[in-house]
Amino acid sequence: MEFSCVTSSSSKPHVLAVDDNLVDRKLVEMLLKKSSCKVTTAENGLRALEYLGLVDEQENSLESNESKVSMVITDYCMPGMTGYELLKKIKESSTTKGVPVVVMSSENIPTRINKCLEEGAQMFMLKPLKPSDVQKLTCNLVN
Amino acid sequence: MDNVIQLQKKLVDYKTSLFNEGILDDQFTQLQQLQDESNPDFVVEVVSLFFKDSERLFDELTKTLDQQNIDFNRLDAHVHQLKGSSSSIGAQRVQRVCILFRNYCEGRNIEECLKCLQQLKREYYFVKNKLETLFKLEKQIMEAGGTIPVQ
Repeated sequence: MEFSCVTSSSSKPHVLAVDDNLVDRKLVEMLLKKSSCKVTTAENGLRALEYLGLVDEQENSLESNESKVSMVITDYCMPGMTGYELLKKIKESSTTKGVPVVVMSSENIPTRINKCLEEGAQMFMLKPLKPSDVQKLTCNLVN
Repeated sequence: MDNVIQLQKKLVDYKTSLFNEGILDDQFTQLQQLQDESNPDFVVEVVSLFFKDSERLFDELTKTLDQQNIDFNRLDAHVHQLKGSSSSIGAQRVQRVCILFRNYCEGRNIEECLKCLQQLKREYYFVKNKLETLFKLEKQIMEAGGTIPVQ
């Protein structure tokens, strides 16, 4: 049973975590939960966009989740749509451009990092993530 | 509770040897530290996902290498996945073979890729066996009424 007498669940930051790797998805979910976040995971960029209500047919949907998401954390290397492409789409939309996006990668490639930061990524993090990395990210989200 | 104490020592020694031999690295410790009373099976769950996903990837790798015209990009993508998940659970030796494998994919070296796949499988089954033994020891301790020593 969960007790939430001090904070209601709506004041917990809601993070959307995107990663095509099954193991990494479970790991990032746990790391975020331990940092007191509510977590939704998506296995690719398209699912993430669907969740955020950014896929064409959904533009006028009143049920989109974008206002509920406080942050998106995404892997860079994903098949189909990369984390960079996802970042761009989030920043291009008026409804989501204010949502901080963190990009993670197992590869330390300066041009890749700069590209993401220039496109508006809040931060670029190297995998595997450590609890201290995640705490750094989420402490700013708690109002 | 002599038995529990003996088992606990056995576990600590076993775990230490895995780290000393470079089979597991600090990332595995990170996983253990994430486990708590509300998620008591976290490590076993993540590692089980790793086993399942790895075996799926081995099938894919075998299939891809079996083709007349090998799609090295596809091969590399699969190895990249395996490199990621092995790194995330701390299976250091598996991760290292993945790095080697990716170099051979880039060099489009079929011979070496085939050798790497074999090496990868060896390292994978090796660490799988070690982890299963570790989990069995932990289970024995809990069944004997003891707690898992924290490192």
